[in-house]
Amino acid sequence: MPDDALSTSAVATDPFADVPATPGAPKPDPILVADGVRRRYGGLTAVDVDHLELQRGVITSLIGPNGAGKTTFFNLLTGFDKANEGTWTFEGERADGVRPHHLARRGMVRTFQLTKALGRMTVLDNMLLAGRDQTGESALTSLLRPLWRDEEAANTERAHELLTRFKLDALADEYAAGLSGGQRKLLEMARALMTDPSLVMLDEPMAGVNPALTQSLLGHVTALRDEGMSVLFVEHDMDVIMTISDWVVCMAEGTIIAEGRPADIAGNDAVIEAYLGIDHGNTTTGEIR
Amino acid sequence: MSWLGVFLLALQTALGFPAASYALAATGLNLQFGYTGLSNFGMVAFLMMGAYGMAISADRGWGIWVGFALGITAAVVLALLLGIPTLRLRADYLSVVTIATAEILRLVIAARPSADLTGAARGIGGLSSNLGFFKPNFIPEGSYGIGDDFVFNSRQLWSMLVCWTLVLLATLLIRAWVRSPWGRVLRAIREDEDAARALGKNVVVYKLQSFVIGGVIGSLAGAMIALDSGSVGPARWIAPLTFALYTVVILGGAGTVWGPVVGAVVYWFVLDFADGALNNLWFDVSDTTSGAFRLTLMGIGLMLLMVFRPQGILGNKKEAFASAR
Repeated sequence: MPDDALSTSAVATDPFADVPATPGAPKPDPILVADGVRRRYGGLTAVDVDHLELQRGVITSLIGPNGAGKTTFFNLLTGFDKANEGTWTFEGERADGVRPHHLARRGMVRTFQLTKALGRMTVLDNMLLAGRDQTGESALTSLLRPLWRDEEAANTERAHELLTRFKLDALADEYAAGLSGGQRKLLEMARALMTDPSLVMLDEPMAGVNPALTQSLLGHVTALRDEGMSVLFVEHDMDVIMTISDWVVCMAEGTIIAEGRPADIAGNDAVIEAYLGIDHGNTTTGEIR
Repeated sequence: MSWLGVFLLALQTALGFPAASYALAATGLNLQFGYTGLSNFGMVAFLMMGAYGMAISADRGWGIWVGFALGITAAVVLALLLGIPTLRLRADYLSVVTIATAEILRLVIAARPSADLTGAARGIGGLSSNLGFFKPNFIPEGSYGIGDDFVFNSRQLWSMLVCWTLVLLATLLIRAWVRSPWGRVLRAIREDEDAARALGKNVVVYKLQSFVIGGVIGSLAGAMIALDSGSVGPARWIAPLTFALYTVVILGGAGTVWGPVVGAVVYWFVLDFADGALNNLWFDVSDTTSGAFRLTLMGIGLMLLMVFRPQGILGNKKEAFASAR
């Protein structure tokens, strides 16, 4: 590896050294750039994002109070919902108006807030499903087993590796519906990795998970970054966000109200206001007379 | 009639052409409903395409192969016409559109202006003589079987042979498909199509493929029914036939390879045994009563099955209960 590549890698230097902590701040190496994204439901504007850049190879968290438009924004970016306006690019190529399966094939994979483990399929089948560009998935070639036997074997091997990493290997032949809530979250994350993504988008991966498992999930999220993937995840829990994020984006009422390192966000008045309500000064703390 | 006779008569239907044709149609429906989760409540429309494709070909003197080709083509066109607009939408839309389309097609076929093509309400007859379906029959004339009640004549055996062969071929084809990664995508769509989408699968294309293949198999069943009976009329292709096929699929085990075959055999055995038993009681039961009663029995049987064995006869209990979260 040439020296300059080493010195510019995300781990070696802070990619956010020259990035101001302001909404819409430009990043040195963005993997996703969104412009003027709006989604309206009748009179309500659920998402109204002027400009957002996601840095490659880091963990960016998207936070905000309930109803801030985080999941809607997520759905728009991944093609699961249609924006009224706006453009965005993924890896420099146009990504708005692109159907979800095309985005997934281009390396943008997502998980869901309500886990979508495929219940009546085994854990292994859940994993194998996610393999990219499978010859056996075409109606015609699927009938000729020799054409896809080797590919299937390779995918199975990779699936077992990932299952081992997520401590699900013992459950490979169980139906996914038999897994606990936490195991399903793990399976969904493992399955997402099976698609060889460059950007992993996790919608509340820690929701409804016990504290011990939260720690293990956090470990897995950090590992994704350390392997060179970019991570965007939606989360509520401030402790979790402060621990693992490299960059935090805060949404409220559909717009991005703050951006910055975890430390910048923790002391940001707009964020505190969005979470705790407006500070009215002395009047709200005054005595009742 | 002796009780043994009732039993043997029921067995005759359960192994004979009625079960074979239902097994074939149910195999198509099983791919759509059992494996892909598509609620096609207009399966009978695809059977109609096959039957009328064959009948119209016979009427014009085009021969049996053109008849099959016509039926298959019509089934593919119908599946695409129904599927392209509705398979993008929620599952309920497909159910509504298919059940309505089947009924509209039946009424159009039976309407007087269609008489030149479909024979309207009278239908088209003389199919087997025009098409020579029984010409290659190598089975010598005569009756084969045990006693007086379990007998098939040579023509019946020929229909059975051809239709069960088609069932076998269709089942083996489906077996190869559902065990491949292609079948895995279908099952994933049945479970949760958004998850399949998020993993890069073009869900609409897979649903269309499953819908077309299932429809073509249904059209083959329709063509076989036309060939076996020698005539085609509109009265046969009513919604209860679709529901009978659902009964067969669920009875055998939706989403299992051999379920439709087992389901069809059991369905016809129970139906005909109930019929025979009712006519064999110490008091007289009118035909209309026994006809209604046997369907009631079938309904009760299906309810008991759903309560005590929801996965069907061949279904995997673990898999069936896996869906109950």
